[in-house]
Amino acid sequence: MKIAIPVNEKNMQTDICESFGRAPYYLIYDTEKDEATFIDNSAATSTGGAGIKAAQVIVDSGAKILLTPRCGEKAANVLMAADIKLFKSIPATAQANIDAYLTNKLDPLDEIHAGFHGHGGN
Amino acid sequence: MKIAVLSGKGGTGKTLVSVNLAAVAKAASYLDCDVEEPNGHLFFKPTDVEETEVNVKIALVDQELCNGCRKCVEFCKFNALAYVKDRLIIFEDVCHSCGGCMLVCPQQALTEKNKPIGKIQSGRSDRVQVNSGILNTGEATGIPLINKLLEDNKENAADLTLIDCPPGSACIVMESIKDADYCILVAEPTLFGVHNFNMVYELVNLFDKPFGAVLNKCQADDNPAEAFCKKNNIKILARIPFDRELGTLNSNGKIASREWEKYRALFTDLLETVVEEVKA
Repeated sequence: MKIAIPVNEKNMQTDICESFGRAPYYLIYDTEKDEATFIDNSAATSTGGAGIKAAQVIVDSGAKILLTPRCGEKAANVLMAADIKLFKSIPATAQANIDAYLTNKLDPLDEIHAGFHGHGGN
Repeated sequence: MKIAVLSGKGGTGKTLVSVNLAAVAKAASYLDCDVEEPNGHLFFKPTDVEETEVNVKIALVDQELCNGCRKCVEFCKFNALAYVKDRLIIFEDVCHSCGGCMLVCPQQALTEKNKPIGKIQSGRSDRVQVNSGILNTGEATGIPLINKLLEDNKENAADLTLIDCPPGSACIVMESIKDADYCILVAEPTLFGVHNFNMVYELVNLFDKPFGAVLNKCQADDNPAEAFCKKNNIKILARIPFDRELGTLNSNGKIASREWEKYRALFTDLLETVVEEVKA
């Protein structure tokens, strides 16, 4: 099974990126092979609809689990259509988040925001 | 002759000026292009009102014909399309009606459907044809409504058209002034007002439109908007005083120039000045 995480850097000690749609990279971790790959997020520089395109990237990666601090409505629609399950990441490294997920310590992400659409976050 | 009335900041007096100019003209069309919050009709109280729905075209997929090639997903610069589990998902409120997905689809699986975004309300108020664009709540852009207002006005335009613009200086304002022969910039005497006045000043220069300023809410104190006009050699077309009675008339939905000789004279003079400016 593959786990996807939006990250700021291409290593296991990286922080989680605060923005799902505009994260520079996604870490795709394959639990069976214990193998990590990093993919570029082609949506990061989109003027609009970044969440939709980013969700498409995650769907195409074959991930079934997404660990993210937050997620917009449209991205969530795409992810849910692909039966990808969303969990709320913790403010720690990518490795720590994978470990937390694998030991059932992460909560499902149940707050889906309506999107920021150029108005910034927080 | 088409005169656009704009101001960077909201609440400076665009509607006051455009409504009153239309009201003192022999005959005029008044176009309310402030489609997010149209309020000109509150003053004109038009009769014989007719409504026309305005639609945009958005993408519609026939999932049976779609072969999952994803050419449309890759093409869409707005990322309005996603392809998941053998199905194309279309985000209708992200679609910008460009029609590109239809062109690139090798299966002819994509067509267009109408999506209503608002309406145009037309009616008469004395000698004024009052046409208001009303955007549905939550819609991303009112530009198609403004286009329709301007297009319809080409067919049955009075000699004089007043275009009441939205606030700001973004696309929606550019669309409103594109056909204008002259722009009236309304300014209020605050630093915030001057900051936003500067934005529309840059805009009308960019569009190479002839323009002049109307200073609203003038008091005895220093007027930063007037100082800005002097510094930049902007012609001051008229000064409207800060006047409680005018404020009261306005907040009761009355048209000052129809109620009060003083303001009928002020706006008649302003209209004459603007007409001379356009002809010059």
